[in-house]
Amino acid sequence: MTVDNKIRVLVSKIGLDGHDKGAMLIASILRDAGMEVIYTGLRRTPTQCVNTALQEDVDVIGLSILSGSHLTLVLKVIELMKAKGVDDKKLIVGGVIPDEDIPKLKDMGVDAVFTQSSTYLEMIDYIKKATGKEDAST
Amino acid sequence: MELVEKILNGDIASAARLITMIENNREDAARIIKKIFYHTGNAYIIGVTGSPGVGKSSLVSDMINVFRKRGDTVGVIAVDSSSPFSGGALLGDRIRMQDHEVDPEGVFMRSMATRGNLGGLSSATRDVCYVMDAMGRDVIIIETVGVGQVELDIVNMAYTSIVVIAPGMGDSIQAIKAGIMEIGDIFVINKADHEGVDAALSDMEYMLHIGADKKEWHPEIFKTVATENKGIVELVEGIDKHRKYLEDNGLKSKKFYSMEQLIDLIKKRIEKRILDNKLGKDNIKKHINSILKKEIDPYTVADMILDDAGL
Repeated sequence: MTVDNKIRVLVSKIGLDGHDKGAMLIASILRDAGMEVIYTGLRRTPTQCVNTALQEDVDVIGLSILSGSHLTLVLKVIELMKAKGVDDKKLIVGGVIPDEDIPKLKDMGVDAVFTQSSTYLEMIDYIKKATGKEDAST
Repeated sequence: MELVEKILNGDIASAARLITMIENNREDAARIIKKIFYHTGNAYIIGVTGSPGVGKSSLVSDMINVFRKRGDTVGVIAVDSSSPFSGGALLGDRIRMQDHEVDPEGVFMRSMATRGNLGGLSSATRDVCYVMDAMGRDVIIIETVGVGQVELDIVNMAYTSIVVIAPGMGDSIQAIKAGIMEIGDIFVINKADHEGVDAALSDMEYMLHIGADKKEWHPEIFKTVATENKGIVELVEGIDKHRKYLEDNGLKSKKFYSMEQLIDLIKKRIEKRILDNKLGKDNIKKHINSILKKEIDPYTVADMILDDAGL
């Protein structure tokens, strides 16, 4: 019954991309790290994603994009986050992201990008530090 | 108290933030609920419960469509279990409710983890109902975690409790018989296009028949196919009928606040006052060490702590 600051993370698949094994794996890993993960399912629009983030009051929005349209989709999400006043949430992107696009995403306002070469621990560590709720699992 | 006004005006971002404060068990959340409580009691609270995999989320999504068509605004609280090992949770009820994500003014949905609470609901659920009620939501639907036989909290919170089963899940009635047959105001056999629906129906009718003469309200059984939107309008009419029964007999206001709810809250407040404010984790650890060394027994420790708190 003590104050219990759980980290809440939205894991979302946006755009026309029918593969969510990766997103589901990430969701399970974050759950096992003590976080509450809201998974939206496949083929969501940026509007659905941002509306969900607002209602669920998550600390982190995690987008998994394998379709190659990450630059367009992420820009749309960031615009909507600003419009709805939820741009205080951390935005992280993962999936198939070419190296040369990582700085472009960060310029748009993405807080972190995790690709195939990233480890789980890097991601968990990043989320705990970025949200300031490091002891999520205790 | 700007937050209170925003919530009374239906502001989603403020409500979402207050719900987080409630979930995190923060004292400032209690201060706000004290204020918004006076603006609650208008929403109609419906509980949906049943074993995992019977189609509760799909059914809730269909029910939302019917309520939205008549112009009702809806709040949804979808509860899933927390892992007892990591404390984390995977909340996936939104997967079946995506249609409503483009209607944020009409449908406000919140996923909640049980955070160690037994009973099929999070201990914060009642407070979250107050928030959605004060926001002006006409209908609140609470979807519990898949229940077994002991998770029956919903009956103390919802005006109408709906128990969902699916045919062909072994002996479907056996799985839900104790307790849960008694809490349903309405029963739904979902996946009614599957084999075994007639057997499930007759089993259920038999179970409900036993002891039926003791009750004023005779639960109706509905057959639905949530994935095809079949039988949903009839189900919502059934909810209306139960609502009218409660209202006509003066039972709705009694259900709004029960003795169980107050006792539950008192326990929570005692826990907060004694464990958090007075004792603290370090002291608890010290007591546990003494118990482990057999210097003292646990009952004496517990009584000592309560004596110190003046109880």
